[in-house]
Amino acid sequence: MYVSRLELVDFRSYPHLVVEFEAGCSVLVGPNGVGKTNLVEALHYLSTLDSHRVAVDAPLVRAGATTAVIRGEIVHDGRSLLVELAVEPGRANRARLNGAPVRRPREVLGALRMVLFAPEDLALVRGDPAERRRYLDDLLVARQPRYAGVRADYERVLKQRNALLRTAYLARKVGAGARDLSTLDVWDLHLAQHGAELMAARMELCAALGPHVAKAYDAVAAGRGAATVAYRPGVEGGPDRATLAQALSDALTAARPSEVDRGVTLVGPHRDDLTLTLGELPAKGYASHGESWSFALALRLAAYELLRAEGVEPVLALDDVFAELDTGRRDRLAELVGGAAQLLVTCAVPQDVPQRLGGVRYDVAEGALRRAG
Amino acid sequence: MYEGAIQDLIDELGRLPGVGPKSAQRIAFHVLSADPADVKRLAAALQRVKELVRFCTTCFNVAESEQCRICRDPRRTGDVLCVVEEPKDVVAIERTGEFRGRYHVLGGAINPLEGIGPDNLRIRELMARLADGTVKELILATDPNTEGEATATYLALLVKPMGIAVTRLASGLPVGGDLEYADEITLGRAFEGRRAV
Ligand SMILES: Nc1ncnc2c1ncn2[C@@H]1O[C@H](COP(=O)(O)OP(=O)(O)O)[C@@H](O)[C@H]1O
Ligand SMILES: [Mg+2]
Ligand SMILES: [Zn+2]
Repeated sequence: MYVSRLELVDFRSYPHLVVEFEAGCSVLVGPNGVGKTNLVEALHYLSTLDSHRVAVDAPLVRAGATTAVIRGEIVHDGRSLLVELAVEPGRANRARLNGAPVRRPREVLGALRMVLFAPEDLALVRGDPAERRRYLDDLLVARQPRYAGVRADYERVLKQRNALLRTAYLARKVGAGARDLSTLDVWDLHLAQHGAELMAARMELCAALGPHVAKAYDAVAAGRGAATVAYRPGVEGGPDRATLAQALSDALTAARPSEVDRGVTLVGPHRDDLTLTLGELPAKGYASHGESWSFALALRLAAYELLRAEGVEPVLALDDVFAELDTGRRDRLAELVGGAAQLLVTCAVPQDVPQRLGGVRYDVAEGALRRAG
Repeated sequence: MYEGAIQDLIDELGRLPGVGPKSAQRIAFHVLSADPADVKRLAAALQRVKELVRFCTTCFNVAESEQCRICRDPRRTGDVLCVVEEPKDVVAIERTGEFRGRYHVLGGAINPLEGIGPDNLRIRELMARLADGTVKELILATDPNTEGEATATYLALLVKPMGIAVTRLASGLPVGGDLEYADEITLGRAFEGRRAV
């Protein structure tokens, strides 16, 4: 799969950009702040309906404009598909496939499959468990778009359950007496069902990722020690859904008094983590900056390799990666990703990108891309 | 801000569901430029709906008399009861032509975020209807989204001990969706393939 054409209207720093790409490697070159990351961010948004930099949409729209448009032509198996997204903060996104509006923007998920590594990904290793859960869940959706529904269902149930607990908690605090918690059993049942589906999928995913993470880390890390990943659930059980649902149910029953007491859901995959280990030690809190960065890169590369091994050739984008590596590791990384159907690389200094990747170079200047050579 | 009557109309329209400030303004100016006879007809329709339409005392569907058309129809079977959230869901299911039983309209779904619990829905009335043993099957046709599913589970837990068969519409309905938006064929099939819960 590759993006053959990208058009941006009022996205970030671009008033209007049209650029054509070829399969294989494209190197975006330009000084800091010129708009390289903005461009890969647009593609990533088209792929995931999410920005890797911001949680809200407003910064994605060019200052002074009201709506940003991302329009990508994606070539897959010799067919070309036009995906369009209109992003308007405060409103639901609007999406089109081949010119026809779709009912839910979610329907465009899967049209463009893409893996992005960006400097922000350091948070995968050093940040909160939420960062790592998001990594897993995004990858689940990239593999099977139906998991967008599983994830949304779980989050909605959690939100409703928390609202119920919270209302009861507040009522008790102002002395209004016991509140109706008769529906809590129902929410427990649904939380356990959806939670088990999500957990089972994450566990299966972690097992599949393991070898890819180890291999990728080995290629891009300077130090010693093998990288391993393990899913750390809050309840024992699994990996099948029925046992997990039972385990969650039991844990909810046990936690009921403290949940009612604190007014919040204390059990479920929204509290799980993915533990990252280097050799014998946890990466978080122990790994050096360089090791942490390499681990984060390895996680993205593993995601890419996994998707590739399963038959979808995603687009791979590496934002500001090569400048961080010495020559030996640059070459090893180039070897790992050289065969990508489409590889987008950004850099400030073109010499940092190994020759062997070849490809087409684009010079990025204020709001425009110019094909070099 | 406009002056007087036109702003009043914009404000009133803006309180309607699904009508934002921009649409409210567009509708208000449409009304302003429309034929007086058309506007009178609209105003009369608005008034009549409040005067004439009430809720069926049996199933809480909209009705123009004590009981709705479906509850009065002797050809409909009384042993299958279909539970829906809103009157518009009755219309959607009637369009499929698959269902010959009667309905019970809850008036919403369990939704803690909006402060809606079982007591805010017509669940007590439903239990009263089930008490006499006429109903043999209860079809839960609440929306296939989080709140609709929770409501269905709640009712299933409540009703199953009474020895009444409880079924749920088969999936195939868009998840996270509204019943009223499902097309006839999908909804009809969901009815055919309903499963026990
Ligand atoms: N919504 C926006 N409107 C206008 N300019 C923006 C917007 N968001 C970011 N920018 C500008 O984009 C530039 C950053 O671009 P970026 O792609 O991150 O640079 P780089 O080429 O270093 O990756 C900054 O100069 C910033 O001011
Ligand atoms: Mg950048
Ligand atoms: Zn009736």
